[in-house]
Amino acid sequence: MIRVVLPAHLRTLARVSGEVELRVTGQVTQSSVLDALEARYPVLRGTVRDQDNGRRRAFVRFFACEQDLSHEQPDAPLPDAVAAGAEPFLIVGAMAGG
Amino acid sequence: MSGVRVLVGTRKGAFVLTSDGRREQWDVSGPHFPGWEIYHVKGSPADPDRLYASQSSGWFGQVIQRSDDGGVTWTPVGNKFSYAGAAGTHQWYDGTPHPWEFARVWHLEPALTDPDTVYAGVEDAGLFRSTDGGQEWQELPGLRRHDSGPSWQPGAGGMCLHTILLDAAQPGRMFAAISAAGAFRSDDAGETWRPVNHGLHSEGIPDTAAEVGHCVHRLAMHPSRPGVLYMQKHWDVMRSDDSGESWREISGNLPTDFGFPIDVHAHEPDTVYVVPITSDSLHFPPEGKLRVYRSRTGGDDWEALTRGLPQRDCYVNVLRDAMAVDSLDSCGVYFGTTGGQVYVSADAGDNWAPIVRDLPAVLSVEVQTLP
Repeated sequence: MIRVVLPAHLRTLARVSGEVELRVTGQVTQSSVLDALEARYPVLRGTVRDQDNGRRRAFVRFFACEQDLSHEQPDAPLPDAVAAGAEPFLIVGAMAGG
Repeated sequence: MSGVRVLVGTRKGAFVLTSDGRREQWDVSGPHFPGWEIYHVKGSPADPDRLYASQSSGWFGQVIQRSDDGGVTWTPVGNKFSYAGAAGTHQWYDGTPHPWEFARVWHLEPALTDPDTVYAGVEDAGLFRSTDGGQEWQELPGLRRHDSGPSWQPGAGGMCLHTILLDAAQPGRMFAAISAAGAFRSDDAGETWRPVNHGLHSEGIPDTAAEVGHCVHRLAMHPSRPGVLYMQKHWDVMRSDDSGESWREISGNLPTDFGFPIDVHAHEPDTVYVVPITSDSLHFPPEGKLRVYRSRTGGDDWEALTRGLPQRDCYVNVLRDAMAVDSLDSCGVYFGTTGGQVYVSADAGDNWAPIVRDLPAVLSVEVQTLP
C-alpha cells in the first residue's frame, strides 16, 4: 500500500484523518498515486493538480524521503521506499502567504 | 415570526447569522470551511434551504459547496470549470495577449425558479451554468466570445465576472458585469451577449466613452422594475431606465462617487444605497467616517446614514458583493467590511448596529428572508 500524507485542508475536505493508504496498480509514480487518490476521494480533484492539463498546482509540493520531488516528471517512478510503503508520499501546501 | 439568515463570505471562512424579524438578537454559526476564502454564498429564491458557496484557496484551487438544509451541513459538488473550446486570449496588464485561465468563482447566482440551476461568474471573466445542483458546470461561451473579448483586460483585482442579474419579468434576459470590461446583456438566456455601456465615461481608458473597458463595480436591480438598473462604477454612480441601453450619472451630492456596492430597497424601487469610498487609491471612507448614503429619489439626491456607524478613525472598505437587503416589512439593510464587521439596519438605514465585529475581512453578504 502507498502511504499518502495530505495537508490539513485537504484532509478536512476528504473527511479523513491521518495518513491515507492507497492501492496503486502498475508503476508507482506521482501520476498513478494521484490517480488513485482522486479515484478514492473525488472531492480532491482539482485541488492538487489542474483538472484540464494535469499540472501540479503552483503552491502544492510533493515530498518523499526528505527530497522535493515537485519538479520531477509526473510519470517518473517514485522512490522504492514509497512504492514499498516504508515511507509516505507527502502532499504539502507550499509556505506562502497566510 | 419570520426571520432572516445572513450569509457571510470572508477571507477565512463562511458565517451564517440568523435572527428573528426584530433583527436584534443574533446567532452566529461558523466558520464554515475555515481557512478558505469564501467569495460568495447565496441561497436559491425557489428553495431557501438550498445554498451554494464558492470556496477557494491560492493553494488548493476552487471548491463549490452546496447545502440542502440552510447551511447546517454542506457537501462539495463539482469544481471543474473548463472554458468551452479554445480558450482564446484577452489583454494582459502589459497589453499583450494572455490566455484565459480560470482562477476562482466570484459570484454564484441561483436561478429564480429552479434550485438546481445556478450561474457562476468567474475569473478570468466567464459565465458558467449548472443545471444539476452544481455537480457539472458548462460555460455559456457567447459572453467571452463577444468580438470585444480579446480587448478585455483585468482590473487590479483580476478580470472577474462579479455581477449576475436575472430579470424575473422577462425570462431569458440577464445582465453580467466584468471588471474591467463593463456591463453586458443577454436576451436569450445567456447564449449571446452585447455590451450595454452607452453613457459611461471612464478616465482610465483612452477612449473615455468606449463600448467596453469600463470598470463596473456592481449592478443592482429592483425585481418589480427590472428595466431600471443602478451601477456603482470605479468612479460614478449611474442609472439606466432602459435595461442598460443608456446610462446617466446620478452621483449628485455624494461626497465621492467612488465605491463598490450598490443596492435597492426591497419595497421602494427608487431607494438606493451606496457606500462612498475616498478614491481609487484610498480604499477607505472619507474622513474616517463610515457612512452609507441613501437616495429616495432614484439618485442625484443623497443623504448620509450614520447612526450607529463609526464616525471617527474608520478605515475599512466595503467590497462589491458585501451589501444586501431583506424583504421584511421594514426593509433590513446589511453590509460587511474588510475590518470584519457586519452591520444591520432594521429600519431601511436610519439606525445601524453591528451583528459581529471581529470576523475575517468580509468578501460578501447575502440575506434570506425566511417565513
